[in-house]
Amino acid sequence: MAKEILSGNEAIARGAYEAGIAFASAYPGTPSTEILENISRYKEIYSEWSPNEKVAYEVAFGASLAGGRALAAMKHVGVNVAADPLMTSVYTGINAGMVLISADDPGMHSSQNEQDNRRFAYFAKMPCIEPSDSQEAKDFLKLAFEISEQFDTPVMLRVTTRVCHSKSVVELGERRESAYREYKKDFVKYCMLPSSARVRRVELEKRLSKLREYSNKSPLNRIELSNTEIGIITSGISYQHSKEAFPDASILKIGMSNPLPDELIREFAKKVKKLYVVEELEPYMEEQIRMMGIEVTGKEVIPGIGELTPDIVRNAILGKKVTYEIPKIPMRPPILCPGCPHRGFFTITSKLGLTVLGDIGCYTLGAYEPLSAIETCLCMGASVSQAVGFAKAYKGSKKNRIVAAIGDSTFIHSGITPLIDAVYNKANVVVCILDNETTAMTGHQEHPGTGRTLMGEDAPKLDLEALCKAIGVPHVRVANPNNLKETEKVLKEELAFDGPSVIIFRSPCVVRDRSVWKKPLIVINEKCAACGACFRIGCPAITKDKSGKAVVDPILCIGCGVCIQVCKSSGADKCKNVSIGYCSDICSQICRASALVEKEDL
Amino acid sequence: MSHKNMSVVFTGVGGQGVILASDLLSEVALIHGVDVKKAEVHGMAQRGGSVISYVKFGEKVYSPIVEKKSADILCSFEPLEAIRYIDFLKEDGYAITNTVRNFPLTSIFGKIPYPENPYEILSKFTSKVYEIDALKIALELKVPNVVNVVLLGAISKLLPFKDEEWIQAIQKKVKAKFVDINKEAFRRGKEAIVF
Ligand SMILES: Cc1ncc(C[n+]2csc(CCOP(=O)(O)OP(=O)(O)O)c2C)c(N)n1
Repeated sequence: MAKEILSGNEAIARGAYEAGIAFASAYPGTPSTEILENISRYKEIYSEWSPNEKVAYEVAFGASLAGGRALAAMKHVGVNVAADPLMTSVYTGINAGMVLISADDPGMHSSQNEQDNRRFAYFAKMPCIEPSDSQEAKDFLKLAFEISEQFDTPVMLRVTTRVCHSKSVVELGERRESAYREYKKDFVKYCMLPSSARVRRVELEKRLSKLREYSNKSPLNRIELSNTEIGIITSGISYQHSKEAFPDASILKIGMSNPLPDELIREFAKKVKKLYVVEELEPYMEEQIRMMGIEVTGKEVIPGIGELTPDIVRNAILGKKVTYEIPKIPMRPPILCPGCPHRGFFTITSKLGLTVLGDIGCYTLGAYEPLSAIETCLCMGASVSQAVGFAKAYKGSKKNRIVAAIGDSTFIHSGITPLIDAVYNKANVVVCILDNETTAMTGHQEHPGTGRTLMGEDAPKLDLEALCKAIGVPHVRVANPNNLKETEKVLKEELAFDGPSVIIFRSPCVVRDRSVWKKPLIVINEKCAACGACFRIGCPAITKDKSGKAVVDPILCIGCGVCIQVCKSSGADKCKNVSIGYCSDICSQICRASALVEKEDL
Repeated sequence: MSHKNMSVVFTGVGGQGVILASDLLSEVALIHGVDVKKAEVHGMAQRGGSVISYVKFGEKVYSPIVEKKSADILCSFEPLEAIRYIDFLKEDGYAITNTVRNFPLTSIFGKIPYPENPYEILSKFTSKVYEIDALKIALELKVPNVVNVVLLGAISKLLPFKDEEWIQAIQKKVKAKFVDINKEAFRRGKEAIVF
């Protein structure tokens, strides 16, 4: 069969195809997003972006009941959102195979926390499978569907950023259609009234002990016996790091980490002199191994925070302290792109000194200097609910200066319910929906408000204004965030209004929609008074020359014009002339092409 | 090819094409017939932030992550990003950097300025520092996006792959209408540097 280099996410998509699945759903979230993007290329599989992870899990579960193999994919925190159906779906069990893919993010490359979702599998009493590279990601997913059907349970495939986003060589296989399993009405199995849940609760325990037997015999868990001085029990990407750090050590590679193979672990422990557990994040295996009465070294030496690497593993076990010296240089955090419509909004909230309760998306980057405009970020949707609580309890001096800022995708994910709360309980809040018409942060996915589906079909476009009005919000307005005057006026008016209001700041993401690009701007050097007003909007296209004056990089600038407006306004007291204007020279035909290069444009 | 694994670290600024460069290198390694792994982080980190991508190849590769002080080559799209990750380079490793600077906002407003002479700083870590103005070459070809392939052309002289293998990889990874310009960019990158 052909060999290809695939990322873990591409390999999972391929595995889904080969496993003959019928249905796949997800809400985007790094590092899981590309799983569904790749599955959507296989026309044999129905795939969808769901509005959030709870829905994604439930629709997949519905598909499994109906008889089609199904998977739902999400980032680790997405599983928190899907936890409600998850915790009871292990009681009912499934009809056709059902797999939950949890993509964890040790090191928090793109996340608000680094929870270890093996704990979730343990909590839910569901099998947990952990691949360590792309080949395994594909093979283990196929096996996960078999385990799901054999034991009548949803299965968690737990991957991490370094499995999802690393690429390695994969041997491809053929698709095998899974047999259609007819749905049969079964009240005790599928309808979790207390009377049936009590019956299924017992089944759950029986199943778990059968799964443990399976885990002890499964090829997913294997001993690689070599030098027996050091024995390492490890799983997932930590296996690869351990092999690299200690090529001669004996290894028990765990591919099924719930339930753990107790007998195999005992057998391995007897064979080696000194036993280590090398695992990222929580001492998940370590604690269970300790409970078995086996002496083991783990988190005393292996860090429990952040990612592991081969050098971290080696130095930890050998007890070496190594430090590397790097010259002091400026940091380069992620930033709002040049022309990002969120910039205009934050420029005004900063100017007005508003307290902005934030949410999750590109706009969270407004928290960084120089805008320093977002004050909170907790989880998807929390800006609106926090604002309600804040408005009710607040007695400080900033009354009527508090707003919630939430993206369009995030609003649909979980901002609607708290907005209902705001109306129902008469909270005096201003909810600003920053509608850039896409899910930008995770790479521009469609959502119910964009009018397109994952499979590329047209769909009814969710009308945010009508929705907010239907909820009963008394003031619903739309404004253009690139127009600073308008933004300021609308914000001031709504802050003065006593009652909940929604302002939809609508302007497309400029990475997604190049039709809004204008000519780049140019600074007229003689006119620039070096007042610094345009620096404070935090645009990466504007830099400072030696004399402190502004310079616009024509390659990066897309001509959104926000800087002209602040230049004008500062002109009133600082300098007499507006020093920024549109570049008349159309050399920009070339410059432009290199700004924000899109993935496919190599 | 020797049995020892080789590793290359690519660094730069989100949006510069770092990841496509490491994709191409991995493809060449596969075509050459060796084991290969590569790793980087997508998502938030790419929004104009600092980006790093690892490629490792050889007889058998386990971890996709390159250890500190072990990379044979550090290829940077931006001088500041070369300095940031210089600790990945092994003692006598090659540091190749594009010369075009990209000033992060923090260097304009923060306490630490952009270093005056990146070359000098890099030279403290290795004697093999090479600079290349890849953007200039790309602009001469009228396609600024090919900076990444110009850089690949340059480092190809340090790697054990044949030109035909590179061309095959370019044909596989690049849209048909851009193949010729990328081949040209590769050739120009190769010419632009003498090790
Ligand atoms: C529960 C949960 N699911 C998914 C994510 C990943 N995520 C972060 S931001 C975001 C969406 C942002 O889209 P939007 O709200 O439209 O803002 P934009 O990035 O477009 O400005 C997603 C899906 C998350 N952090 N938490």
